[in-house]
Amino acid sequence: MRHTPRRRWAALTSVAVVGALALTACSSSSSSSSSSAAPESSAAESSAAPESSAAESPAAAECTTPTPVSLQLQWVAQAQFAGYYAAKELGYYDEQCLDVTILEGGVDIVPQTVLAQGGADFAISWVPKALASIEQGAAITNVAQVFQRSGTLQVSFADKGITTAADFKGKKIGNWGFGNEYEVFAAITKAGLDPAADVELVQQQFDMAALLNGEIDAAEAMTYNEYAQVLEAINPATGALYTPEDFNVVDYNEEGVAMYQDAIWASTERLADPAYQELTQKFVTASLQGWIHCRDNAQECADIVLAAGTKLGASHQLWQMNEVNKLIWPSPAGVGIIDAALWEQTVAVALTTKNLEGATIITGEPPAEAYTNQFAEAANAELTAAGLNTTGDAFAPIAVTLAEGGN
Amino acid sequence: MTDHAAVPAATAPRPRRQSTVSRRVRKGAVGALWALAGILLVMLMWELVKWVGTLVSLPFNTNDLSMPHVWTMFSGAWQPEVRGSDTTVLQAVLQSAAYSLLIALGGFIIGVSVGLLLAIVMQRFAFLERGLLPFVIASQTVPLIALAPLITGIGNRISIGPVQWSTTYSVMFIAAYLAFFPLSVGALRGLHAPTATSLELMRSYAATPRATLFKLRFPASLPYLVPAMKVSAAAAVVGTVVAEISTGVRGGIGRLILEYSREATSQPAKVYVAVFGAIVLGLVAAGLVTALDLYLTRNLPKESPA
Repeated sequence: MRHTPRRRWAALTSVAVVGALALTACSSSSSSSSSSAAPESSAAESSAAPESSAAESPAAAECTTPTPVSLQLQWVAQAQFAGYYAAKELGYYDEQCLDVTILEGGVDIVPQTVLAQGGADFAISWVPKALASIEQGAAITNVAQVFQRSGTLQVSFADKGITTAADFKGKKIGNWGFGNEYEVFAAITKAGLDPAADVELVQQQFDMAALLNGEIDAAEAMTYNEYAQVLEAINPATGALYTPEDFNVVDYNEEGVAMYQDAIWASTERLADPAYQELTQKFVTASLQGWIHCRDNAQECADIVLAAGTKLGASHQLWQMNEVNKLIWPSPAGVGIIDAALWEQTVAVALTTKNLEGATIITGEPPAEAYTNQFAEAANAELTAAGLNTTGDAFAPIAVTLAEGGN
Repeated sequence: MTDHAAVPAATAPRPRRQSTVSRRVRKGAVGALWALAGILLVMLMWELVKWVGTLVSLPFNTNDLSMPHVWTMFSGAWQPEVRGSDTTVLQAVLQSAAYSLLIALGGFIIGVSVGLLLAIVMQRFAFLERGLLPFVIASQTVPLIALAPLITGIGNRISIGPVQWSTTYSVMFIAAYLAFFPLSVGALRGLHAPTATSLELMRSYAATPRATLFKLRFPASLPYLVPAMKVSAAAAVVGTVVAEISTGVRGGIGRLILEYSREATSQPAKVYVAVFGAIVLGLVAAGLVTALDLYLTRNLPKESPA
């Protein structure tokens, strides 16, 4: 077919018009959804305002325009991240002149990758997973080691008699994979067993049905989440909830293979910039202040998390808050400070534990920039000067009664 | 479709029309009954499998934890979502499904617009068809789970003026990404559908390419376009739900499935209610496209080749 130039133009313009229509459809729908999100956040801020004035303010500098900061979590809102939600809700970030956006995680979100790619200013990640990412080229630095202990357990029915990793021999051992399984492998190896031959390793779902159904002998569980889920389920034999006496737990802290878990990670490259350094300091200080508040006000923090829109019930959140507090407190060297010995243990396990394919998490020592105590130490000094207890030496967990379904 | 039939019978339009309407209602009622029977049959099968599981050992678990009773699911739907909250599980599921439907609809509209545009451009310029089509096909071979975090990651860094990109747009983008493909391929075939004689007729009229496009190619492409739209709508819904699970975006049915599945240890029925929500979402989307189909093809004879 032949076309005159004019006709050609007409065709092209009509194409452009359709394109513009598509774009306007896109932008109008986007502006409507952003405006619907706005009232929610402003309501949250206004409700937080009166409480923030009552709390101590370590840094009451002049704040005209808060710096926008984003934090990438590993998972959706739950008490595992209560300190950050509390710092936001109680105005600790406001006092540091920060406007923090908390980005929730999903099944395929890898926080340290999001951070390394510049999708967030800070990220929460387990240390072994972050070490693996660092070896693969992610330039990130641990700026506050919030969790001082590992929260990973291997839970089994009491009649199986699995009380140490050595008892895993010949059993079906559930694990999650995706980098959550290293402690399981490490404990098996340390107990003198071959993960490939002596135990049957089973990929486990994120619920505990496989354990309760008897499909696996021992299930991987976090103290603050899956273990509670088991205790929230009805025991068909008794018609009442399962009790801790029905189960044995293998605690990986006691097995000597514990690895550091939740820590705040920052971009190594950007840390060369004084402005980002200052931002990191403010963020770490306010976040740790949030965690200190949650230590002393577990119920309030559980409520803050509930208000942040979790679907898990109130007693489950309070249990989780309490268990997370146990992982953080006491922090003998100060909250967020890395103990060189446990860091070395984490690195050693990461270097030596082989998975089924014979690969280790990392093949060489992590670079020196993998962690720094600089920010956590300064935060401890600032928070101590403000009259806060940063070690939690007198911390005592509360007693939480779980209800059916965690309600 | 009935308008056609009604026009020749203009002398006595009223009784004719009434009878068509009542016939249509009767047809609809019969269809609904069959659908209901189908649902009942599935529920019966479910309970049957559970019952067989108590007699013989099946290769999968049939106990209440793995396969909750149908009535447990029904009663679970009416329970409050969390204790003390006014919203029932059902309300939460329906709200989330409606939210996801909006996102899927946005993705569908963007996807259809882009797909149609691509098809028009490719039909008009043969060299573009040869150059673009491989990329269009290659775009669908990228696994969604690799794409979703990437798009969210890039999206987090985008802000156009005062508007900050939100992860919701990322989900919509993924829905559009899946939706544009079936449409562009279907529409391209449709735009090529007019016979040589029709095209020659248009040429003999000295019709502009635009006139050929609107008067000949578009109407001729409808039988291809409508099935493509149905596939696109399904793709948009799947893209939305999967992207929501993948990136944990709040508000939609995908996120709800993600959250409820964590509670499956103690409340296995809850996650099934959410899954039903996703099914309803898909059905509503399919229904919307069917309505669109009826509108677009109102002037076409029903026996038209598809």
